[in-house]
Amino acid sequence: MLMLTPVETAALLLSLRVALAGTVFSLPVALLVAWLLARRRFVGQQLLNGVVHLPLVLPPVVVGFVLLVLFGRHGPIGAWLYDTFGFTVAFTWKGAALASAVMGFPLMARAMRLSLETVDRRLEAAARTLGASRARVFWTITLPLMSPGILTGAILGFARSIGEFGATITFVSNIPGETQTLPLALYAFTQVPGGDPAAWRLCVIAVVVAMAALLASEVIARRLDRRIGGVS
Amino acid sequence: MIEVDIGTTLGGFALDARFTAPASGITALFGRSGAGKTSIVNALAGLLTPARGRIVVRNEILFDAKRRINLPPEKRRLGYIFQEGRLFPHYSVKGNLLYGAKRADTAAFDRIVALLGLGNLLRRRPGDLSGGEKQRVAIGRAILAEPQLLLMDEPLAALDAARKEEILPFIAALRDAIDIPVVYVSHAMEEVVRLADRLVLVDGGKVAASGTVEALTSRLDLRPLTGRFEAGAVIRTVLRGHDKDYGLSELAFPGGRLRVPYVNQPLGTPLRIRIHARDVVLATAPPSGLSIRNAFAGKVVEISPDKGPLVDLRLDIGTAAEPVMLWVRITQRALADLRLQVGSPVHALVKTVALERPSPGGGRGLAEAHEAY
Repeated sequence: MLMLTPVETAALLLSLRVALAGTVFSLPVALLVAWLLARRRFVGQQLLNGVVHLPLVLPPVVVGFVLLVLFGRHGPIGAWLYDTFGFTVAFTWKGAALASAVMGFPLMARAMRLSLETVDRRLEAAARTLGASRARVFWTITLPLMSPGILTGAILGFARSIGEFGATITFVSNIPGETQTLPLALYAFTQVPGGDPAAWRLCVIAVVVAMAALLASEVIARRLDRRIGGVS
Repeated sequence: MIEVDIGTTLGGFALDARFTAPASGITALFGRSGAGKTSIVNALAGLLTPARGRIVVRNEILFDAKRRINLPPEKRRLGYIFQEGRLFPHYSVKGNLLYGAKRADTAAFDRIVALLGLGNLLRRRPGDLSGGEKQRVAIGRAILAEPQLLLMDEPLAALDAARKEEILPFIAALRDAIDIPVVYVSHAMEEVVRLADRLVLVDGGKVAASGTVEALTSRLDLRPLTGRFEAGAVIRTVLRGHDKDYGLSELAFPGGRLRVPYVNQPLGTPLRIRIHARDVVLATAPPSGLSIRNAFAGKVVEISPDKGPLVDLRLDIGTAAEPVMLWVRITQRALADLRLQVGSPVHALVKTVALERPSPGGGRGLAEAHEAY
């Protein structure tokens, strides 16, 4: 029971890789968007806010379809990427990472924005009177104080990525070993006669992965809280 | 010099402040809550950008609206001690202290840590500190950034009376041990008299008056701002003699000598004292047969136009060359019975003297001076 079949191992590792890549690449972007939404006032801010939240309210299939149109080999962005860098995301694990990053983005940016809004700006002012530039204030005061929010955002984004199904299957299809993540593999098993036991095994794996991620985030969150003086 | 001439509106509140102060000693910005004191200090620090005007500190233009100069806070080298401390919760006390330090000068660090009594706190987190400890760390942190001017915005306001007494000597010690000019915001006259050399009275977003503490506290017209209840004059004196037999010390000022309980300071020490208007008694003839030892001849200079049962008189008990102002509070009835007018010769009898502080450079010994009421 403890031994995973090659298909399961492939699906699990692929899922982790896709979710990790999607999370890592959307982190800085989400941070920038959170900062724009929380700290700046500009024309079109509400529009940006709406666009960022769209993946949360749209059917994932719509997101997958739009990605397919934009990033497909003949799509405007996809063609450009291929012509310029010889690089394509369509029907590859990178595409799956892109799809899950887009789907997880609203959750990530939202958590970061909320935590950024709770950072005491008076502390930032104090740091500047002590001679710290804006950049140093951001790295030494703002970022550490919003670290619990960044962690929460990352966890939410990661969790959303692990569970991503609709956008992924629409955008990069269900190719074993390349784009077949855990949920896609599970779906595939449910579509063949007698696939139920295999589907159950994947369910258990999914639960174990989810629990491990939750526990890890809890431990890290406590450490961070202690570090920034939330618990004394 | 510190030159401030700024104007701006903040949500319906008009700030229009103009004053100069020497870049030495402690200058107090005094006024009621909401008078605009904090806005002035924030403008000095660069945390608030005024609509017009200029700010110059020690010949460096920090802000000039016309010339579009507006140095960011980090370029102004002004230390700011906030009412609420504003320590960084994710740094240790030591980390906070070193946050603004430009060079690794362990001697300076050790000296400030010793001066502020922070030695046992260095590894603690701000969350574990008492209010007084936090404020001491905040003071140390600002000084270690080597500012050219320290701004203190009611650093004691958030503390209870006992904690205030814990911090006040540290601020006084700083004034004497470290040569950094201070702009001190306060709405408590006792703090101002105890610490400050100069006073800037702020009222309704404007500077009502500025000058030495002695000059401003002796003006009857400023009484609504300097505080009526605690009204009193501040006099500069020099310690001239000790009478060990009776446990007394003599303080000389241009109009005579004051006898006060023994002051444990060397002769020649400049001392500033505060005499409350309610602690002075008036007589029209030289007194005799009284227990009061401190009697000074002078004349009435001004009578407040108050309508209530009490009236404040300003007396000059100094010499022609060096007037010394004293206030006395008497009843309207006494004023009428004694037929006092401006110019009337009187004798002022002083019941109690509060030794507020040694003058700048006068050394420590504040606690001893205070015991000797």
